[in-house]
Amino acid sequence: MATCTFWMDGKAYQAEEGTNLVDAAKENGVFIPSLCYFKHIDPPLGTCRTCTCKINGRYNPACTEYVKEGLKVEVNTPELVDMRKALVEMMFAEGNHFCPACEKSGNCDLQHMGYELGITTSRFPHLFKDRIIDYRPKRMVMEHNRCIKCKRCVEEVLTADGRRVFTSVNRGNETFIGIDYAQEAKLTEAEAENAMKICPTGAIIVRGKSFTKPFGDRAFDLKSSQTHFAKRVAEKPAVANFEKKTIATVSLAGCFGCHMSLLDIDTDILDVVELVSFNKSPLTDIKNFTRRCHLGLVEGGCCNDENIETLRKFREMCDILVVVGECAVWGGLPSMRNTVPLSECLDEAYLNSVTSVPGADIVPYHEDLPKILDRVYACHEIVKVDYTIPGCPPSPNHMWKVIRGLLWGEDLSVLYSEFKYD
Amino acid sequence: MAAYVPKIALFPVEPERSGLLRNLWEIQLKDRFISDEAIAKLATRYHLSDVEAEGVATFYHFFRRVHSGKHTIYLDNSIISELKGHDRILSAFEKETGARLNSTDATGTFGLYSTPCIGLSDQQPAALIDFCPFTHLNAVKVREIVLRLKQGAAAEDICDKPQENIRFMPTDERTIFFAPHKPGEALHAASAIKPEGVLEQLRISELSGRGGAFFPTWKKWQACQGYSADFKFVICNADEGEPGTFKDRVLLQREPGSVIEGMTIAGYTVGAEYGIIYLRGEYRWLLKGLEDEIFARRKAGLLGKNAGGIQGFNFDVRVELGAGAYVCGEETALLESMEGKRGEPRTKWYYPVEKGYLQAPTLVNNVETFAAACRLFELGLDSYLRRGIPGSPGTKLISVSGDCKLPGIYEIEWGTTVSDLLDKCGAEDPFYIQVSGPSGECISVKEKFRRISMLDLLAEKDIRCGGSFMIFNSQRDLVHILLNFCRFFKHESCGVCTPCRAGNFILERKLERLENGLADHSDLEELKSWGRIMKMTSRCGLGKTATNSITQTLDKFADYFQERFGKNDNSMFRAFDHEAAISEYERYKP
Repeated sequence: MATCTFWMDGKAYQAEEGTNLVDAAKENGVFIPSLCYFKHIDPPLGTCRTCTCKINGRYNPACTEYVKEGLKVEVNTPELVDMRKALVEMMFAEGNHFCPACEKSGNCDLQHMGYELGITTSRFPHLFKDRIIDYRPKRMVMEHNRCIKCKRCVEEVLTADGRRVFTSVNRGNETFIGIDYAQEAKLTEAEAENAMKICPTGAIIVRGKSFTKPFGDRAFDLKSSQTHFAKRVAEKPAVANFEKKTIATVSLAGCFGCHMSLLDIDTDILDVVELVSFNKSPLTDIKNFTRRCHLGLVEGGCCNDENIETLRKFREMCDILVVVGECAVWGGLPSMRNTVPLSECLDEAYLNSVTSVPGADIVPYHEDLPKILDRVYACHEIVKVDYTIPGCPPSPNHMWKVIRGLLWGEDLSVLYSEFKYD
Repeated sequence: MAAYVPKIALFPVEPERSGLLRNLWEIQLKDRFISDEAIAKLATRYHLSDVEAEGVATFYHFFRRVHSGKHTIYLDNSIISELKGHDRILSAFEKETGARLNSTDATGTFGLYSTPCIGLSDQQPAALIDFCPFTHLNAVKVREIVLRLKQGAAAEDICDKPQENIRFMPTDERTIFFAPHKPGEALHAASAIKPEGVLEQLRISELSGRGGAFFPTWKKWQACQGYSADFKFVICNADEGEPGTFKDRVLLQREPGSVIEGMTIAGYTVGAEYGIIYLRGEYRWLLKGLEDEIFARRKAGLLGKNAGGIQGFNFDVRVELGAGAYVCGEETALLESMEGKRGEPRTKWYYPVEKGYLQAPTLVNNVETFAAACRLFELGLDSYLRRGIPGSPGTKLISVSGDCKLPGIYEIEWGTTVSDLLDKCGAEDPFYIQVSGPSGECISVKEKFRRISMLDLLAEKDIRCGGSFMIFNSQRDLVHILLNFCRFFKHESCGVCTPCRAGNFILERKLERLENGLADHSDLEELKSWGRIMKMTSRCGLGKTATNSITQTLDKFADYFQERFGKNDNSMFRAFDHEAAISEYERYKP
């Protein structure tokens, strides 16, 4: 086919006529995020909408467009960048994605898109819908918590006699991708592994095959798809006035892992002593605020009413409030209980558990004990949060960089490798 | 009710799988649910994997995977039903039948479920029992109905015949839709001027798609005519799912002949031999009337070989039944559904006029469009053009419901003002009007001097009304109305694309925050911004329009929202319902 000229953000590019726009942009070094798009599937699925651009004046996904002479595409307007980011955030809010506990981490397209788009937190409330993990297929595990319903597997995975192994079941927000046990058994080993491979998240797992590639060695572990990743992060003007500042820290419903990470900054810890004094913090063991602080670092979300009180106190006493780590940002691992009613959790833990002492089967309740909330709340649901440092835990250097940036206005450019937080 | 099996076999050109929905209907009516065995049987029959057959069955909410009772009750949960006492009726049904919502009673006699608007908004509260309509319900009536069903009466024998409630038509015989219909007359008039003449007259009449999109009818017909193929289809979209709309129901109930004749004219014009009416499952009770009409027309020679005496023109019509899925009103989803698949809208590679049903050129029009086309040729173009206003001739059927004395069908001439319509229907203290259903446009009573016409493409000055007009008075809770709409879209999204499937769910959570009084200014801003994201990124019209009512209300009723949520504007602490959050734990207090 003939080469044609098309336009992206006002610049002319060349591509073979009839090339899919996502591919044509990639060939020309322009990054358009995409998830459901998969070369082999024709016509394209157009389900995830992550590649939405303004094409000839209309908002449409790039994956359902073929390049032709004179095609005009807007890719990186602020609105479109934000919209595409929102769509990926929506997927994180809709499913139950716990990257630190996922086999696919590092090989996951969804996680990768999260990094590429610079997502630190989802603007949408996490829905915490109870979804099942289906262990019934012979070779596979269907992890419905992680499925984004892109339908790649629906279109691509067929048995030798042409029957579908995966299909959408139900409708609306109840939709999930059902797997046919009988047909699944008919797949060859290679076909089953291919199903796992084409899944853009960790929803399809083949037993015994999910760790064939170790962490650190995976597709998205080291490199960004964008050549100028760091440039997208705004730089702050340098203010070289290293006045000593006061910091408070706390761990709410967290594991202290973020605190550990904070201590892991090597020789920089010597600067810390010079530059910072700690007020209320587990590091100093000061229980109550003795003065107003410049910066508050909060680890963990709120799972009981004592957490809420502490968090509000932090908001009151700190000029800048920064939430650190996944649990504080949106609930994290403790929020795994959010898909299950509290009473079921407590009954399971204290009454029906095999280890509960016969006769002593009561759920602890005392006026001195904090009251457990119906679910784990993210910090931003309780107070206004100024900044967010994601990660599980966040990288120590990254945290220190952000703190320096916030307190003394140092340059803040974030490298891809630092931004990785799985 | 005796299982009513559609009598008409598939047209010779249709593959067997197109019958899948019909098979599922038979099973649902006989067994009261779709069992695993039934799914496996159907899968084998159509060479599918089990899960694919299950995927089709679970897409439609009238197909149940667990036993739905010997008598299945579907109570309308639309906003109009809620205003008219839905909650009272629901508890009456629960009390009388012993079944809780979304389940059956212990004996499996009654199954109680809710369903979105069943097209009886002028006669709420209403329910479908075994797919027969029961209107104007109250606690006493519910008790009687349940008692008689327990005594062994069949729902179809004791159900109500829904009123037509045609409250207004233009005087001096200016009505278009309800003039006496003489079968065959329009078809003869059309055949006398040949397909080219038909297209020309349609163009002059400015008839456009009455489903609400207002695409010029002549353009669609001409495009379909232009494609040559072995066979073509004419499809009547009778999947009138938009809450508050019931004009198509009344047309099919009272004037089915004009609709079928409109289809026949379309078949003649575009060169199609097969006509199919896709009737929504909620209107199952209209099936018999429609099939009788088709039968009568076959007998009269208006359908079949050389239909209407036109040499070489063969045309026949059959009815296909939906099974509860609003999204199937979207034309490509409707086509998928007719092919025996999940009703998921297609990507817009081809328009149906090029590749539609079974990839053949297909003309899809709304019930009212076909009826209007028939009347156009029956009355004659000159007469038709005398109605309405210049540039927007003709009349429009509007379904009025909500806070007014006279809910029902209004045939208004284009150019009528909102204020005029409000007066006619005896609106009581109107405050907020939802035009063309939840996916349409919301207007404040301050805009009541706007005209209803087709003139304004972007509907900035005049209003383009698809057919529904829901009136709410100043005592109604706007947030509650929006939440009802949002839950409707959440339930009816096909689940294919992210923004619609997840977005409506997310908006529901947000609106619940509003309803619980926890919202502040930032929540309102977020609602607007998220609504726009969904509008711009969704795959089909459902997601693109689902947030219209939210974003428009926030703009047009800014004072209302400011007054209600302005007080929570404390920037440091978010509103939090402490009592609610610890209430579950408090139950463990010794």
